[in-house]
Amino acid sequence: MSAPQKNRADLAVRLGGDLPVFAGFTQTARARAMARLQAVGLPHSRDEYWRYTAPDLLNGAVPNLGAQHPQGQLGAKLNPLVLTFCDGVFDAAASSDLALLGGKIALLSNANTDLHFAQDIYGSLEERGQTPVARPFAALNTALAQEGVILHIKGKIARPILLNYVAKADLSDVILHHCIKLDAGAEVTILEQGSLGARGNLVIEADLATGSALHHIRSQTSDDAALAVTHLFACLHANAALKSFTLSAHGRLIRNEAVIELVGDHASAHVAGASLTDGPDHHDDTVFITHQGRACESRQVYKNVLKNGAVGVFQGKILVRQTAQKTDGYQISQSLLLDGDSQFLAKPELEIYADDVKCSHGSTAGAIDDTALFYLQSRGVPRAQAQALLVLAFMAEAVEEISSPDLAEDMRAQVEAVLQRSRL
Amino acid sequence: MLEIKNLHVKLQEEDKVILRGVNLHIGSGEVHAIMGPNGSGKSTLSYVLAGREGYEVTAGSALLQGEELLEMEPETRAAAGLFLAFQYPVEIPGVGNMTFLRTAVNAQRKARGEAEISSGDFLKLVRERANTLKIDADMLKRPVNMGFSGGEKKRNEILQMAMLEPKMCILDETDSGLDVDAMKLVSEGVNALRDAGRSFLVITHYQRLLDHITPDVVHIMAAGRIIKTGGPELALEVENNGYADLLAEVE
Ligand SMILES: Nc1ncnc2c1ncn2[C@@H]1O[C@H](COP(=O)(O)OP(=O)(O)OP(=O)(O)O)[C@@H](O)[C@H]1O
Ligand SMILES: [Mg+2]
Repeated sequence: MSAPQKNRADLAVRLGGDLPVFAGFTQTARARAMARLQAVGLPHSRDEYWRYTAPDLLNGAVPNLGAQHPQGQLGAKLNPLVLTFCDGVFDAAASSDLALLGGKIALLSNANTDLHFAQDIYGSLEERGQTPVARPFAALNTALAQEGVILHIKGKIARPILLNYVAKADLSDVILHHCIKLDAGAEVTILEQGSLGARGNLVIEADLATGSALHHIRSQTSDDAALAVTHLFACLHANAALKSFTLSAHGRLIRNEAVIELVGDHASAHVAGASLTDGPDHHDDTVFITHQGRACESRQVYKNVLKNGAVGVFQGKILVRQTAQKTDGYQISQSLLLDGDSQFLAKPELEIYADDVKCSHGSTAGAIDDTALFYLQSRGVPRAQAQALLVLAFMAEAVEEISSPDLAEDMRAQVEAVLQRSRL
Repeated sequence: MLEIKNLHVKLQEEDKVILRGVNLHIGSGEVHAIMGPNGSGKSTLSYVLAGREGYEVTAGSALLQGEELLEMEPETRAAAGLFLAFQYPVEIPGVGNMTFLRTAVNAQRKARGEAEISSGDFLKLVRERANTLKIDADMLKRPVNMGFSGGEKKRNEILQMAMLEPKMCILDETDSGLDVDAMKLVSEGVNALRDAGRSFLVITHYQRLLDHITPDVVHIMAAGRIIKTGGPELALEVENNGYADLLAEVE
């Protein structure tokens, strides 16, 4: 079977017989996404961006849930508005009053939603993000998403919005799709925590109008066996700012993609990730940043801690179009290999068509510094605690991408909790 | 305080023997100095006492206040009161000096079953002790030893010692790299800590430090052994004549 044939055969198996019928404002977008998906099929290990991460586990049978590691509420100090999704179903009883939100909010499942803006966003950034590289799981998501929130943010929202995922059922196969539209000058913090389900597919589409700011902090550390694929599609207009940080641990296979387009001038996109992966688990960050506007800045900061034969993958691209003079692009991906069995595979790419740009990228893999470990121990710090300090130090540059000190502190505490649990 | 008997040490990975039967007794409140040619094993002795990996003790023992050090983890040795000021202090990117100090102080307190120090008390203490050593607030904020000059690193070692208040302090060439004023500062720092319940083992190449910190006993180490022990005058002899005569004596 040729690769495309195999891709489509896998898709046919995955989709099964009759496709679900959706009504409401997403109907057209879903049909278009299904057509895109049918054209490319599911990912295959011969696809250029799936060589380091075999998609078989994601394409195969949905697993049982792994051991759950519930955490305290992310950003509790900031008193977030909580939206809870249990196995992909919105749980009103475990959520804040939607009316408190101030802006406009709707659920994807509410087919009667009268949100014209939602119709414009849903699936549109995902569709743009399919070129030049196909992202089949994102198209699948748009076509079949069961639930999600549609947010229209008009001003500065002080309280963060926490998307709280709870996985309860074995074999739960959850597809969530959120859309966030920020008006000019709007600002919001979106938090995500928990496990979507035994297998999760998440898409966020974020449209940032002039001068708006989106802070996004995600923790995916709560399921031992989860399979998760996420996509963050963001489009930044002039002077908009995006800061996205993800902490990952424990999942069996996690792939986080960020597809960012800087279309306006002087926009700024920072995407960062820190992951702790214990073999045979596999972690993948795939980032594609397109500079189109002038004098935009982008930063990619990724830190992986790997042990026991874990595999970490980083595929990061900066594409600078001819119009994007004065681009400032920075990319770093580093891994800390806690033993000799683990591997880190990095594929940094720069594609630059403008002549007046500053772009740098670096990728390293290294072991923990035994001398530093001994130095700490010689001052009375127990080995495990010393190791945790060094791991946190290694991740610091990524965690520093979180603007809120409270949220950064939460993330550090979670890293420590992961280290204690997994004895990395 | 410290009783080292017949200590033999080789490298773990190689068949290279470094210490060949070291005997040393340091009483409570005493200051001992060790001098000796480059490569004679002085730093190795201090590392082995502190518990660094990579060395194999093939014979002998080292008791700190009657307890066998060599079987303890490095952190347990520290909590038991051992402190080593490194010849080459280690840079730790990403770990703030303050965090480092507080973590260390609290870890030792915890190991001894004491309560953690409050942030307020800790800050006060650090500021006061850093001030005496002319370590400014900026150095406290920076990552451990990152971008510190050679002399600043050495002063930072003494600050750690002052914060941790160990019983047995080993200073490995803390004087190298120090300018004249810094040498005075460090010596004053050490002298301020001298008391009946605290002992020092000062490794140095130069008599000058010993002008400031007067030792009770001076040892000469060569080829992994202590070949001669005497009073402060022994250091002067080395300063004036080098090691040739001393080495010849033992041959
Ligand atoms: N980890 C190691 N690997 C290889 N050789 C080592 C190691 N540690 C010590 N040595 C060797 O052991 C010998 C003693 O070294 P050590 O550092 O203890 O000497 P020293 O007396 O402190 O010298 P100096 O006065 O130059 O500081 C040297 O020959 C040194 O090269
Ligand atoms: Mg030495």
